[in-house]
Amino acid sequence: MSAPNASGWKPGTLVSGGAGETLTSTGNRALMLEEPLIFEIGSTETTGVDFSPLPFRGGDGGGACSEIGDIPHPNPSPEGEGLANRLGGFARDAEFGLPGLSEPEAVRHYTRLSRQNYAIDLGLFPLGSCTMKHNPRLNEKVARMPGFADVHPLQPVDTVRGALEVINELAFWLIDLTGMHGVAMTPKAGAHGELCGILCIRAALEARGDAREVILVPESAHGTNPATAAFAGYRVEDIPATAEGRVDLEALEARLGPDVAAVMITNPNTCGLFERDMKAISDAVHAAGGFVYCDGANFNAIVGKVRPGDLGIDAMHINLHKTFSTPHGGGGPGSGPVVLSEALSPYGPLPYTARTKDGVVHLIEEESAEAFSNEHFGGKLASFGRMSAFHGQMGMFTRALTYILSHGADGLRQVAEDAVLNANYILRSLDDVLDAPFGASGPCMHEALFSDKGFAEGFSTLDLAKALIDEGFHPMTMYFPLVVHGAMLVEPTETESKQGLDQFIAALRTVAERARNGDETLKTAPHHAPRRRLDETLAARKPILAYEGSGAPPGKPQLSEQGGS
Amino acid sequence: MPRYFTDEHEWIDVEGDTATVGITDYAQGQLGDIVFVELPRVGSEVARGKDAAVVESVKAASDVYAPITGEVTEANGALEDDPALVNSSPEDQGWFFKLTIANKSELDGLMDAAAYKSFCDSL
Repeated sequence: MSAPNASGWKPGTLVSGGAGETLTSTGNRALMLEEPLIFEIGSTETTGVDFSPLPFRGGDGGGACSEIGDIPHPNPSPEGEGLANRLGGFARDAEFGLPGLSEPEAVRHYTRLSRQNYAIDLGLFPLGSCTMKHNPRLNEKVARMPGFADVHPLQPVDTVRGALEVINELAFWLIDLTGMHGVAMTPKAGAHGELCGILCIRAALEARGDAREVILVPESAHGTNPATAAFAGYRVEDIPATAEGRVDLEALEARLGPDVAAVMITNPNTCGLFERDMKAISDAVHAAGGFVYCDGANFNAIVGKVRPGDLGIDAMHINLHKTFSTPHGGGGPGSGPVVLSEALSPYGPLPYTARTKDGVVHLIEEESAEAFSNEHFGGKLASFGRMSAFHGQMGMFTRALTYILSHGADGLRQVAEDAVLNANYILRSLDDVLDAPFGASGPCMHEALFSDKGFAEGFSTLDLAKALIDEGFHPMTMYFPLVVHGAMLVEPTETESKQGLDQFIAALRTVAERARNGDETLKTAPHHAPRRRLDETLAARKPILAYEGSGAPPGKPQLSEQGGS
Repeated sequence: MPRYFTDEHEWIDVEGDTATVGITDYAQGQLGDIVFVELPRVGSEVARGKDAAVVESVKAASDVYAPITGEVTEANGALEDDPALVNSSPEDQGWFFKLTIANKSELDGLMDAAAYKSFCDSL
């Protein structure tokens, strides 16, 4: 029996003269193909479409084209009005280099590019706080039903009652799951939802004649939180964290005052920890006359277990593309409904849906808003306005509601339990080789946080992440949250099997050991990817964002395209 | 020309009624390769402990705080073309901005070189 791995090869070993270093005449490496830009392949002479010949100039009623002999042309031109080309005055003066590919060449080009993507359908995507979970195919089946897929937002309301039912049904699930009073369904993604919630808070404060200036945000907040507060016209101040990675309640209470409009807190937070003092925080903020915004991006860790409404939260966005499994990243679009407390609900945006006693779901827009609220809510609502042209991300509503109904209340609770179980399995399987700064704070929630403490001198989180690419995994979130040095934030989600997690853990243990032992090959990883280590500094300082070939010459502008007279 | 340091890793050189501000060698080392620096407008007022500039590295974007209150008199235009100066010469050519000193007593709370060094060693 021969000894295994006699050559001593391990991932990252530099191969000299081996297959990895042998140049092929095409530049391709086995079946991993090099693909040039679309402008660099084909020629402008090639086309995937055959045009029918031009109508014959000067025919006599039944004119014919020379190429097709005796067959009468189907669209003969009247005598004397034949065409030189089809472009009329739009013809360009010079060649402008549109790519020219036959149909199979075009199909191969995009298919080859797609092979260079990494996707949730290919493997684990452990980005922390991003919740890159499997998108169930049942969601897709339902979203593609013609009754949902083919509706248009400008159709008469009577022809889309089913779609309104979906929006309303999902709205009530979200209200029930969060223990809140109302929900704004129109925001298009998480940050849009944050803005919606903060604008509700602003409207509520201004309505009571007490516009305030400051929003408090913890250091470990998602970057969009302070950005949202600033965008809505507030000054942002930090709330410090305790040594165990949670909001410092005493420091927060000391800062509260008549100038504080709201606090924005992520719970569970980006250290992967549940904010145990959340109710006390809310009570303190309310006592000071402010509101509590919760970033609900991490709701998947507590759905079915904790209702944010019970914790005193006034507004929270829910990323349907995280917790409720609608596509995320390049597969989006996102969707970020915002649940609202009783105090904020009257200020939510238009349009909204509501079911009246006769069982009909109405769509309430500007023209009917006042009459509807007088009739059904016993007074005037004070909506801050409109955030989007239509009613929200309908295609995501159908998917999210499918996910909710296919899981049921008990299934959703298990989602949270499994997400937390998987993250703790990662945390405890690695905390002997990677430093877990808050490991002693107890179990983590849906994500495990590590630092670069213990790496050999000169080795960084970036090196480890690049080596993980060689192991066939998308790296985790790096250098976030900022409160941890060289942070690595891993969120496995509940849709990974134990076997899948074990393989990831084995890979991460290997690269962590290499970082601790100062394995020099780590610094040049990835070695097996289509591209080696990229120069990120140059990419940021001098990015080349467009094809630098010859530009298209301008056409001659028509009168209607010219400005001025 | 005395030089002071803040616990947010800015340095400040005082020369009469004006001062020059930058980030420390320790700070640039933590940030990694700097790719962009946003400087305050000349003539704008900055307040002690409030954001005055933004520095962006391949890892993160961070605020740079004004060590003292004052009016910005000059911003280092060289950083726009070559933000790497902050990495190569953080405490000299990579300075961020100059400002007038509104209140000299604000300097009292800052660290000197020895205190800053032991502060960094404790991190």
